[in-house]
Amino acid sequence: MHSVLGDKKAVLILLGPALLVYTLVKLVPVFWSLGLTFYTGNPLGGFEFVGLDNFSRFIADPQARSALWFTLKYAFVLSVGQIVLGYALALLYVFVLRRASNFVRTVVFFPTVLPTVAVALLFNSLFATGQQQGPVNAGLEAAGLSSVDWFSTGGGTFVVAIVMELWRSMGFFAVLLYAGLLDIPEETLEAARIEGATGWRLVRHVVLPLSLPILLSTVIFSVNNTLKVFDTLLALNNGGPGGETTPLTLYMYRTVFNYADYGYGSTIALVLTIMCLMVTLVVFRSARRDITGS
Amino acid sequence: MRFLRRLPLRIGLTLLVAVELYPLVWLVLGSFKTQDEFFSKPTWALPEQLDFHNYTEAWAAGGLGRNVLNSVLVTVPALVLMIALGVAAAYALEVMVWRGRNAVLLAFLAGIMIPGQMILVPLFTVYFEIGLTNTLWPLIITYTVMGLPLTVFLMAAYLRAIPREVFESATVDGAGMLRSFFRIAVPMMRNAIVTIALVEFFSVWNDLLIALTFTTRDELATVQVGLLQFSDEYGSTQYGPLFAAISINVLGILVLYLFLNKQIMAGLAAGSVKG
Repeated sequence: MHSVLGDKKAVLILLGPALLVYTLVKLVPVFWSLGLTFYTGNPLGGFEFVGLDNFSRFIADPQARSALWFTLKYAFVLSVGQIVLGYALALLYVFVLRRASNFVRTVVFFPTVLPTVAVALLFNSLFATGQQQGPVNAGLEAAGLSSVDWFSTGGGTFVVAIVMELWRSMGFFAVLLYAGLLDIPEETLEAARIEGATGWRLVRHVVLPLSLPILLSTVIFSVNNTLKVFDTLLALNNGGPGGETTPLTLYMYRTVFNYADYGYGSTIALVLTIMCLMVTLVVFRSARRDITGS
Repeated sequence: MRFLRRLPLRIGLTLLVAVELYPLVWLVLGSFKTQDEFFSKPTWALPEQLDFHNYTEAWAAGGLGRNVLNSVLVTVPALVLMIALGVAAAYALEVMVWRGRNAVLLAFLAGIMIPGQMILVPLFTVYFEIGLTNTLWPLIITYTVMGLPLTVFLMAAYLRAIPREVFESATVDGAGMLRSFFRIAVPMMRNAIVTIALVEFFSVWNDLLIALTFTTRDELATVQVGLLQFSDEYGSTQYGPLFAAISINVLGILVLYLFLNKQIMAGLAAGSVKG
């Protein structure tokens, strides 16, 4: 039987094509990109070997530092928001709405599947000021406050970006955590209720500890994804004003395609990859603990 | 009494649903307004008439039809290739027994962690060198490969759940590995295949990075790239057509969502390991 399960020709036929394209289009480019970090220039103008200059340039580059700082700030604030809102919604689905949660879940989840550029353009109009006033500013004025020119400052754009992404993604995180909460055995909850734990105390002392593994991997999943933000910020305010909301991904893109510096662009991509790698390593670790724990 | 006790909850839920839906309703209403209405009427006013001229304008001038066609022409082949290659590879890696399979599986998994930016520059160079830049092939090839790690990962996990005896008894009955792949594994994995296809559909359809990088001409623009260019041209001047263009994208996905809602939720939750 082992000769059949280990049939070399079948392995080659089934795995060969996938492995070939994967190697050519993913693995080779990754190492190629690693090699490029030691060069500066582009195919048209030629490459020049610069050793580790790109890395020292990254450290000294104020734009790179600002992009790195913005990326970290964005990932942190958005992840906290996604987890807190997602968890609150998941608790609502499981403990308050129970079986009737279907409609709310469907509505809150819907924005997750929308094209990100469409969402960003929509939010740009929602918060617009001036001639075509969006409902947000119109609402502020109706409440007797003055309207805010959200997109003229980095802080304003940041706020809109966070609100937009929470609107778009909280339903997804809610479903993710909801699936985790459903795994908690009903008997455990019943036992805790008999002991007198209800409401907030039930959540704090029973539900939260039991959902810690799924919560942890969700946190790291969220950070890992928010670190790669690109399309929404590009479409919302083009990374502006003045590059203030430009994340590493967008800075890398511009370095390569606007300034044709392939080597430095690859260096920025490498910094991003290392950040994601560190986060993902923790995901796999916590996921493994998750499996062995249950 | 019970009604009063539930009142705060009802108000809260209504608010939640309103917050999720209002921007979309406002968007669709805006797509029917004329330029004058945008400037002279309050932003929450209803449109004066249900006139579809913004839609025809967006469709014709914005080249939206071309964009939708491009997105379909890219997404469908990429999904078919990704799933065909991924399912076969997962089977060879999970069910079959041979030296080195763990190393290969690990190489695929490593791909989940690596952001697209890391392969952008070399791919751009190569596609340009071999003259593919004026076609949709760079998009199809890149999406296929970027989706492979997750496909292999999830399909392998699914195959792990099928009892080994199923394949062993097929072998005893004289079926070769290829035969039991096509006759047993693929039919048993139908649900998992639909799930991964949905997850990958949304990530390919909604991608901007790859599409923006390898789309060198307007005729090749996908929906996301088209919308971005559309807003650059129309942004501050013509709101009606812009709102109509966004609405078409949103409503198209909404129809799909209402049909496939359950499977999408399960699928996206399962696909959440994707980084």
